[in-house]
Amino acid sequence: MSVQAAAGEGPAAGTSTLVRPTPSVPGAAIIVATVAWLGSAAITRLWPNATEDWYYTEELFYLKAAVAAVLLALAIVPGLARPKRRARHSAPWLIVLAVVFAVWEIVTAKIPLLPRPFFAPPQGLLEVYIDDWPRLVECVIASFLLLATGYLIGAVTGFITGVAIGWSKIMGYWIHPVLRLIGPLPPVAWLPVAFFTFPSSWGASIFLIALATAVPVTILTWSGVSSVNSSLYDVARTMGASRWFLVLRVAIPAAMPHVYVGLFMGMAASFAVLVVAEMMGVKAGLGWYLQWALGWAAYANMYAALLILALLCSGLVTLLFKIRDRHLAWQKGLMKW
Amino acid sequence: MVAAFAPTPQHTGMSLVADRVSHAFDMNDGKLQVLDNVSLTVEPGEFVALLGPSGCGKSTFLRLVTGLELPAEGSLEVDGGPITGPDPSRIIVFQDPTLYPWRTVYQNVALGLQARGILKTHRSRVDQALSLVGLPEFANVYPHQLSGGMAQRVALARALVNDPRMLLLDEPLGKLDSLTRLAMQTEIVQLWQRKGFTALLVTHDVEEALMMANRVLVCSPRPARIVAELKVDLDYPRHRGDPRMAEMRREILHHLGLEDSW
Repeated sequence: MSVQAAAGEGPAAGTSTLVRPTPSVPGAAIIVATVAWLGSAAITRLWPNATEDWYYTEELFYLKAAVAAVLLALAIVPGLARPKRRARHSAPWLIVLAVVFAVWEIVTAKIPLLPRPFFAPPQGLLEVYIDDWPRLVECVIASFLLLATGYLIGAVTGFITGVAIGWSKIMGYWIHPVLRLIGPLPPVAWLPVAFFTFPSSWGASIFLIALATAVPVTILTWSGVSSVNSSLYDVARTMGASRWFLVLRVAIPAAMPHVYVGLFMGMAASFAVLVVAEMMGVKAGLGWYLQWALGWAAYANMYAALLILALLCSGLVTLLFKIRDRHLAWQKGLMKW
Repeated sequence: MVAAFAPTPQHTGMSLVADRVSHAFDMNDGKLQVLDNVSLTVEPGEFVALLGPSGCGKSTFLRLVTGLELPAEGSLEVDGGPITGPDPSRIIVFQDPTLYPWRTVYQNVALGLQARGILKTHRSRVDQALSLVGLPEFANVYPHQLSGGMAQRVALARALVNDPRMLLLDEPLGKLDSLTRLAMQTEIVQLWQRKGFTALLVTHDVEEALMMANRVLVCSPRPARIVAELKVDLDYPRHRGDPRMAEMRREILHHLGLEDSW
């Protein structure tokens, strides 16, 4: 018992030495984090703002105090093993965040070191979330629908095209030159053409997002299918496999690790196209909101939308990682996101 | 009792006749001759070893017997009919286990039945094959979790589930550690004795050939020709220290031009 306690209770204890051990955080770190958030809250409350502009300073104080209260509860209430472990793991980050929030607030609201109105304090963002949330929710839904539709169309098209080129010589002969010409072109270069050839800017954006996704998915699927060990085909053929069996049960599963790399690359490309398309033509979505906020010099709204966009993109990448980890559980040493 | 063939009551094995088979590969500058006028006959249920230096073309011969490729010249017949393509009655086991990494051990073994669309009605054969190679409790494990010897046993089970009438063994033990190798030589011979298939083993290990086969055919360096034939009429299980085996070993090394190494 005592030996175990001395060695720390990190999750890596007892596992392979190749796994890097997670640094173990002492239990007192939660107390330090609580104090840090209390201090951050005190700065918000006790240090008056330099100007009267920021209406939600009080709310920000309550928010910070609430974080401190939750941390305190985790530190002193018995039980709650799981949330406690997670809080302890995140404690160093929580401390840093408390400091970052305090410094950010000081240089923007308390002693306006950064030029106004370009830099908004935390209470500025809070104001946007409280006052403008219906519009933000609308924008998130609009962006998500546009992105998801375009991405799914592009991913399916790219996958089928990639398998076709990798498998069939005739398909390769016709598609490969087209891919070589179009592939390296940045998808946003199509923007002007797409906006006047498509009946709606929504349709044009779907096309652009699908194109941005399809190109890397096609190339990676193709490379995955063509790098399958030919002995795997030989084994299946001697056992009586049909051509379809070779495609569906050998080529495609073997290519999946490559396909996922393509799906990740396609996702990154689709984010870029989404934002540009919404800024240039679509009258909805987070990209449009960013542009609109800039037009009104509503910088706090811009930061608020940017943060949501970051969370949306990060969430989608995380989702794709989760799907991949489930699907490719047979691979060893997968990178964890 | 001197058992020339597998001592099973019924011979399920198939016969093989190769008549003046020659084969070449296209290279950047011309052709590479790998087989030169190879003629041989394998009786149903026999265990024949093709022994020769690495890269001499004996693996190519095995590939031609699978039907994955057709010979450039000469003819290959099994049970009196020509080989026109792959067939589940002739299964090959390679030096690498070539398991499908995304399939569990069970799914790997089930591959042949699935490919022919008879898995649903023949599931029990998968379990039988796994028991045959001593791995029933590893059914749900992925290939990367297996040792080299276990992986090769799975490859054997994947071959046996098809009930092959001819098993082609392309240096199946070549990459295993020496202890696993000795154990698996015995295991394969026992499987052959139980099942009664015809076995054609390609190897460059003289002792392995003598431990396992009824008959050893010695090949020349590329292009492969058969330069000698030895009947190994020793009882199974055989013993490595048997003086007759030492004698045959010496003779084979002589044919390979390696008498100094004896």
